[in-house]
Amino acid sequence: MADDAPTAEAEAPDAPEVATDGRREALRAIFAEYLGDALLDSAIKPGQGLWIRVATAAWAEAGAVARDKAGCKYFDFLSAIDWLPSPYGRYEDSSVDVPFPPPMPDRSSAVPGYAGGDSRLQVLASVAKTGTDLRVLLKADVPDDDPRIGTWVRTYSGAAWHERETHEMFGISFDGNADLRNIYLPTEFEGHPLRKEFPLLARVVKPWPGIVDVEPMPGGDDDEEEEATVAGEGSDA
Amino acid sequence: MTLTDAQQLGYINAQAADGRVNVELETDDGMVLNMGPQHPATHGTLRLVARLDGEQVTSADVMCGYMHRGYEKLCEVRSYPQVTTLVNRIDWLGSFANEVPFILAAEQLMDVEAPPRAQWIRTLLFELSRIANVSLFIGDLALQLGAQTPAFYAFRDREFVLNQIESVTGGRFHPNFDRIGGLKDDLPKGWIAETKAAMVRLRGFCDVMEGLVYGNEIFQTRTRGIGIIPAPIALSYGLSGANLRGSGVDWDLRRDANVGLVYDQLDWKVWTHPDGDSYSRCWVRLQEVREATKMVDQLCDGLPSGPIMAKVPRIIKVPEGEAYVATENPLGQMGYYVVSKGDTGPFRVKIRSASFNNISIAPWLLRGVYVPDIITILASLYFILGDIDR
Repeated sequence: MADDAPTAEAEAPDAPEVATDGRREALRAIFAEYLGDALLDSAIKPGQGLWIRVATAAWAEAGAVARDKAGCKYFDFLSAIDWLPSPYGRYEDSSVDVPFPPPMPDRSSAVPGYAGGDSRLQVLASVAKTGTDLRVLLKADVPDDDPRIGTWVRTYSGAAWHERETHEMFGISFDGNADLRNIYLPTEFEGHPLRKEFPLLARVVKPWPGIVDVEPMPGGDDDEEEEATVAGEGSDA
Repeated sequence: MTLTDAQQLGYINAQAADGRVNVELETDDGMVLNMGPQHPATHGTLRLVARLDGEQVTSADVMCGYMHRGYEKLCEVRSYPQVTTLVNRIDWLGSFANEVPFILAAEQLMDVEAPPRAQWIRTLLFELSRIANVSLFIGDLALQLGAQTPAFYAFRDREFVLNQIESVTGGRFHPNFDRIGGLKDDLPKGWIAETKAAMVRLRGFCDVMEGLVYGNEIFQTRTRGIGIIPAPIALSYGLSGANLRGSGVDWDLRRDANVGLVYDQLDWKVWTHPDGDSYSRCWVRLQEVREATKMVDQLCDGLPSGPIMAKVPRIIKVPEGEAYVATENPLGQMGYYVVSKGDTGPFRVKIRSASFNNISIAPWLLRGVYVPDIITILASLYFILGDIDR
């Protein structure tokens, strides 16, 4: 499934005209040197970003490497991504015929993004090198059955609040962060709102007529260039 | 740098959680002072629970979430053009600046570039947002220190900027003007001259404030040497904007990581201050307003002609991919991590807002300060509640 991600290795033969990004490759080499096999996958979009996926056990170490070896002393953010498609879709259709809660999508439908992955939940963090536009987006898989990973608070103090937020929003625990109280939600709140199976109740009770919004305006059908100028995947619209 | 004493905080929270008291005089281990969620010295509903030993803070805990609106979840059910309406409300004093990084991230995924004129007008509105936002900060700062007049001056002069924003976008606070591929509309007639006149006025405002507030002896006594953040600490907490540059870190995304805006074509400088105290943070902000007025003048002069929209399909579907774009917003770095699955709406949006990081240093910074300094330190960190809670 990870083959869809444009890893640098896959990109090189297909698109030889794409500019290589020496600075980001040098940055990746530093991580590869210090993390060794724990660097599982990576992707570079020249001039735009560097993604590195590390092993779950090496997450804390990856933070230390980023700060001390790669020179990314600036902590940007830490969060997570739930790759499972939402069982509610985008709440655009009437929920009358749909049982509530709808059946969960098949686990195999969780397709990870850049730098691949095997788990449904992934932590995502960004660190940056001050004075430049270089930043590293680090990812790590979080086990499905026991969402738990090492903490970054010893490396980046600012990670403490971000881990609290990730803990309440995704239910991921951070070993070593003693203060994982809820930061936004009430203490007794149940569930993890940013997981895909968590319903957006306002939309469940009253479906959003979003599909209507993107239909052509009456009298404005002079779109000869529609779908034509931007390369994309919108050909089935 | 030590970690927060979780047990102590747990005790404070247990006491303060039900909001029984504002001040608890239980004196075996100091006193608990609960500020907020509605308190004149906090902008918005930020709640601060401080444990005091006499007049000194032994530990402070910030409680946010009174304004959490769940934008990251809401973004997942909106189409791309609809998201800008939501994110307008994050930093409500500089709304247009909230839209820009999201639009830039979407454009990066779609491989679309706005035409030059749109980029210039974007930069223009971006800097006007900064002026509107930070000029109010200067007035509010003085208000928190007990001076009322500067706040009136700030509200009065900010209006000239808001009028200019309104005459372009139709909205004083929530323009919702940025589009994937360009802008909704072009500038109205006569706008350039009016804007330049407003900038002259705002430069006068900066000069007045520099004498009235920054030169004031009481202001200096209460901010100089108070709330010092060393640069390594600022970096490790991810502070940004004037909070970072006030600690002597010379890093501005406008200069160093410019994406899709025209800062590289302007003549301007990044202001830093080596002290890292409350005063330096406020001082850097004042200089940034002044610098922004000069930038606006240059932008008005150099505005190229041409279209303001690139050719984009009517139904916007963003190709599969991930992008992270951050810009230097009035409050600091704001970024959007957008994950697309090729749909009309994003699959996941992580909103990296400046104030969340900026205020996360408060428990560290407030330890050991005196009670009146809490106010100046929080004021100098400058947060917007909507930007913390999102």
